[in-house]
Amino acid sequence: MTATHTLPELVCPAGSLPALKAAVDNGADTVYLGLKDATNARNFAGLNFDDKSASEGIRYAHDRKRKILMAINTYAQGADISRWKRAVDHAADLGVDAVILADLGLMDYAVKHHPELRLHLSVQGSATHYEAINLARDLFGIRRAVLPRVLTLDQVKHVIEHTEVEIEVFGFGSLCVMVEGRCLLSSYATGESPNTHGVCSPARFVRWEHGEKQLNARLNDILIDQYGKDEAAGYPTLCKGRFAVGGETYYALEEPTSLNILSMLPELISIGVSAIKVEGRQRSPAYVAQVTRTLREALDAARDAQRFSVRPSWQTALDKVSEGHQQTLGAYNRPWK
Amino acid sequence: MNTLNLGLTLGPLQFFWPREQVMQFYRAAVELPLDTIYLGEVVCGRRQQLRTQDWIELAQELSLAGKRCVLSAQALIESESDLKRLRKLIDNGQVGIEANDLGAAKLARDSQVPFVAGPYLNIYNAETLALFQRLGAYRWLPPLEMTRDTLSEIIAQGVAVETEVFAWGKLPLAFSSRCFTARHYNLSKDSCEFRCLEHADGMLLSTRENQEFLTINGIQTMSAECQSLLPHLADMAQIGVSAVRISPQSEGVAEIVRAFADEIAGNHCDSQRLNHLQQLAGGSWVDGYWRGQAGIVHLQEAEYART
Repeated sequence: MTATHTLPELVCPAGSLPALKAAVDNGADTVYLGLKDATNARNFAGLNFDDKSASEGIRYAHDRKRKILMAINTYAQGADISRWKRAVDHAADLGVDAVILADLGLMDYAVKHHPELRLHLSVQGSATHYEAINLARDLFGIRRAVLPRVLTLDQVKHVIEHTEVEIEVFGFGSLCVMVEGRCLLSSYATGESPNTHGVCSPARFVRWEHGEKQLNARLNDILIDQYGKDEAAGYPTLCKGRFAVGGETYYALEEPTSLNILSMLPELISIGVSAIKVEGRQRSPAYVAQVTRTLREALDAARDAQRFSVRPSWQTALDKVSEGHQQTLGAYNRPWK
Repeated sequence: MNTLNLGLTLGPLQFFWPREQVMQFYRAAVELPLDTIYLGEVVCGRRQQLRTQDWIELAQELSLAGKRCVLSAQALIESESDLKRLRKLIDNGQVGIEANDLGAAKLARDSQVPFVAGPYLNIYNAETLALFQRLGAYRWLPPLEMTRDTLSEIIAQGVAVETEVFAWGKLPLAFSSRCFTARHYNLSKDSCEFRCLEHADGMLLSTRENQEFLTINGIQTMSAECQSLLPHLADMAQIGVSAVRISPQSEGVAEIVRAFADEIAGNHCDSQRLNHLQQLAGGSWVDGYWRGQAGIVHLQEAEYART
């Protein structure tokens, strides 16, 4: 007897129109995107959508029966939060299928002004258990919550059993070791954080120093990592550098690694996860195509949980686009903690 | 000599100390010029030198001794046992609570318990603050990264909630489900041997150039350096801040609290006392966040001299 479960939605990132098309063409059910400003948590130079590209992208997806979500998931800052409100208005006017919000005040605005607009609680909202999610449900009628990457598989299951809000989890991409929405390391080092500016370890603070024997990677002058001549250097995300603690130098917080839940797909499906999200709006259309295609194949194969096994070709494909060419199950697997 | 209209509070203990040290610390704190003492385990559910019931009883004891007490909730809630402790804390029947995540805010609202909206609730604007007020918040702490100017704008919008600012201590910057202390000792979190007990003020994390950068404290990552907003107290009172918070550390809390209390009473610290405070801060101190810069930027003592 095989239990039948609805397959989770595959939710893929797009930082540009070509990436959006790559996601749709390679089997994403849903694509999420953000506007070109600090209202979203991937506010990187040269990235994201303006009116024209957003309209075109939405048309492209809707013509093919796919959905578009708009992330407006930084926290509205200070006295004048009209920019964030305008982004919500904009999303509603453009006809997106849902907005992804973190700021409860902004959710309040969205409900009052756009009662028909579907609301998702962003991972930046730091809701790690059902009581937190159910607060946003009671207040704003949220339809989905994206879980921070901190829970074990059993804990995710427990959340799903205690709320009717759909649960979306991260399936692949760069791994945040900290609870999303609760990490100020970036602003401590640079003055800009995901919550305030939609950035982490921002590129404009990165400086590479080529020495005779080593390569230094600095963030706002702080030495995040140091590489020997033969070592592959990675972007100096500050939680993934090598530091000294108690006389030992090592990746004190986390290695450069990517989350990859392929081997857990049947379990995620059977506990009733509604959507699986791919991280990477800052990545190229080629990345989006590669990851989307692989996860599409894997999800389709996981319909038959009994016979499911991770194909080497999937692993190879994802390995190529992984940070530091390393992958982990992260918190889903308890020993990681 | 101008007295500032500012309350002085002792924030929740971020570190893991043996039970006797905790009890001694709070019995001494009763004698200090503090308006409010926050109690409870905010970092890690595995830290059980004092259990929830012990914290509740300690709060009752300190209340009887004349201190206003608030029970602070654990910031990262993952499991049903975390939730069980949270419910017990909120429904203690006597003492108010500090909500440090949305779930605690929900449970406080459900039980109609007025609460302090803690610094991890991500309130960055007045509309969100007003929303938490409707849920029952009577006081809030802005996120630690909030600048003075943003805070001033928000307070000026007149939401009827008191503002408390984190004014002294290593900054609690991030939470993870991973325990970095256990990781340092190559232990798993579930069998961590409670190594945090060996580090009364956390473990220093330095760059490979020996720059003191962060502090590892179990699942929490803090700044290595101490934030001190001592030079900014008059400005805080002027923009409408109601109270300032001192965060517990293993040494010198009495001197720190008295220095803040004197400053609030209008008695400026002389340079000798400032030097002593700087030593208690671990040698250097930062105030970058308040001044709209990176949090790690060092405090401008020249500015203090001018005030």
